[in-house]
Amino acid sequence: MFKVDQDLVARVSEKLTTQFGEAILSAEIADDMPVYTVKREIITALLKFLYEDESLQFRFLTDLCGIQYPEAELPFGVIYHLHSFTQNLRIRVKSFAPADDPVFPTATTVFAAANWMERETFDFFGIIFEGHPNLKRILNMEDMDYFPMRKEYPLEDDTREDKDDKMFGR
Amino acid sequence: MSKTDNNNSPIYMPDDSVGKGYMTTRLDRIIGLARKNSLWPLPFATSCCGIEFMATMAAHYDLGRFGMERLSFSPRQSDMLMVMGTISKKLGPVLKEVYLQMAEPRWVMAIGACASSGGIFDTYSVLQGIDRIIPVDVYVPGCPPRPEQIIDGAMKIQELAHNESLRRRNLPEYQELLSKYGIK
Amino acid sequence: MDNDFKNKINPKDIAPEEQREYNTLNLGPTHPATHGIFQNILTMDGEIILDSQQTVGYIHRAFEKIAEHRAFYQITPLTDRLNYCSSPLNNMGWHMTVEKLLDIELPKRIEYLRVIIMELARIADHLVCNSVIGVDCGALTPFTYIFQAREWIYEIFEEVCGARLTTNIGRIGGFERNFSDRAWAKVDRFMKDYPPMLKEFENLLMRNRIFMDRTIGTGPISEEKALNFGLTGPNLRAAGIDYDVRVMNPYSSYEDFEFIVPVGTQGDTYDRFMVRQEEMWQSLSIIRQAIEKLDKIEDKETFQVDVPEYVLPPKEKVYNNMEALIYHFKQVMGENPIPVKEIYHCIEAANGELGFYLVSDGGRSPYRLHFRRPCFVYYQAYPEMIKGGLLSDAIVTMSSLNVIAGELDA
Repeated sequence: MFKVDQDLVARVSEKLTTQFGEAILSAEIADDMPVYTVKREIITALLKFLYEDESLQFRFLTDLCGIQYPEAELPFGVIYHLHSFTQNLRIRVKSFAPADDPVFPTATTVFAAANWMERETFDFFGIIFEGHPNLKRILNMEDMDYFPMRKEYPLEDDTREDKDDKMFGR
Repeated sequence: MSKTDNNNSPIYMPDDSVGKGYMTTRLDRIIGLARKNSLWPLPFATSCCGIEFMATMAAHYDLGRFGMERLSFSPRQSDMLMVMGTISKKLGPVLKEVYLQMAEPRWVMAIGACASSGGIFDTYSVLQGIDRIIPVDVYVPGCPPRPEQIIDGAMKIQELAHNESLRRRNLPEYQELLSKYGIK
Repeated sequence: MDNDFKNKINPKDIAPEEQREYNTLNLGPTHPATHGIFQNILTMDGEIILDSQQTVGYIHRAFEKIAEHRAFYQITPLTDRLNYCSSPLNNMGWHMTVEKLLDIELPKRIEYLRVIIMELARIADHLVCNSVIGVDCGALTPFTYIFQAREWIYEIFEEVCGARLTTNIGRIGGFERNFSDRAWAKVDRFMKDYPPMLKEFENLLMRNRIFMDRTIGTGPISEEKALNFGLTGPNLRAAGIDYDVRVMNPYSSYEDFEFIVPVGTQGDTYDRFMVRQEEMWQSLSIIRQAIEKLDKIEDKETFQVDVPEYVLPPKEKVYNNMEALIYHFKQVMGENPIPVKEIYHCIEAANGELGFYLVSDGGRSPYRLHFRRPCFVYYQAYPEMIKGGLLSDAIVTMSSLNVIAGELDA
């Protein structure tokens, strides 16, 4: 359903590589939209560049979310979905960080919408966004001591006694 | 008016207590009748079941037929707490606070699977049934229950209001139940 | 008409900075006027709101974590409970996401049937929102009138899938069963009876002096801000941006339909009301077109494409038919091939762009599923919209944003 105009994507890729060079780790059209994997240091600059570029105008942050691949070398990722209304092009920007240093620059300086999305990502994965104005838990209770969406933590509520292993496979 | 000594009839009337222009009955029966038909519900609606409650309230199903069209949004004035929807652990203390603010006599109705038992959300953030923090009188199953079911639950509460002792709060069983929840 | 009332009582004119006293008002989490569990701690100067601290998450149910433990066909009931005023829209969005993952093409008939269901759901949602705006302005009558019409929509859903509110409607690759004759009769009755009802509703509110005074100019947001805060759906369109996923990235054959995308100019409560009102008329027109198109299609039977690997067969078949038993077993045990892909799919839900970001690792359940919930994104703009306004305006603004707690907190 998403139109992927090859020429346009080529133009975006070219602009990004000339601007950021080595920091763009990969650029491909994967499945349904162009995907750019970038170094985490340039995230804010990249979003700003795409926002301000007159011919592209990626001025809508559709989505921002975290992901964790516990086995990978860089387990924590943040995925941005951007949308250019003028070109009707959606792109996905990914960036990854190591387990002992899950820190990303904030996108709130470019998009006000990123505020709560980043707080949610922090709440779920413990990913820290440097420069965020108010980075604290949003959905869970503030005294929660772990990050529930990480793969190592269980889904179920641990206070239930009426479900036993035999019946529910826990 | 026919004679009856059936304790379940709306007004309890001993033999030879009815005559032309008067009748005698027990005071607690009359008060029970009054309570039964003027319950003021406090809708504590959090999610989906609250939308079904809106349908129950609206013209089609019309809760007003049961003396309940006057929703009391203030816990102090309400008789019946209707908990509709998922109660998360974050919201638990708020719910308990609302319950504590209600004056006796008070009844609690857990509407829907989430309020009754946590429902499909057996997760780290959801309270597994409100009966973990406050006592519940009537559970209404369903995800969400149909308006008819909600009305049925409300009628069960009416029955309780009618038949229970007027001073339920003084009963030792009731005191014991409350103390289980740490409520004095 | 004096709608710039609030601009006239500028706090600066009343008292100098050092003599002013601010009050803190705790609005929520269970305030009767907020229609849901939201907390706003307002800093107020008299009646005027200066700032708001929002707390959300009171009904956080961990959808995304649950989704990682459920098979694809088991996630539909979760989507029901996102925006429960229009469950079928969310259901369809999820089915389409999985179909996109599995590369399933649907015949036109199923897509048109889906359009009918989705537009009915949109009407049901907008109807709740608009009547509640009326309730918050003190007009309870339109609410009680129009809720009867919502019951008609629910009856149609009931006829199609058996449930009223949390519908779990449709399956991957189509529907669980064909529309019955009774369902069609109910749709026809709805199409006949609803327009006069909606007209009556409009007559009660649209040019009502009190309603207009209460809503025009309250809770406004500018185009740039709306875009920056990620508003979508009717709220963004009321601010003047004609972004509609149905037009921009058509799905489920929306490109075959003629409809107008209504746009507002001020981004205030009245504009949001009017945009939703017009969208209901447009939805009616879309349903009418869909019925016409369906009449032209010869085939009246197809309601499900042939993807036995991904749809649970009916129970009677499982017990009596070897093939069905095998498919049932393979699905439950998760032995069917699922492509390894990352996709994003979005639909125009009643509140805006509802997106599903699905990462599949080939397993039985998603590796990661993120819901882009429109409410969650745009509710953060709320303080921006109510600042400088009156408290009673803030209440109306909140109901006009149609913030649904279930979707907000997921």
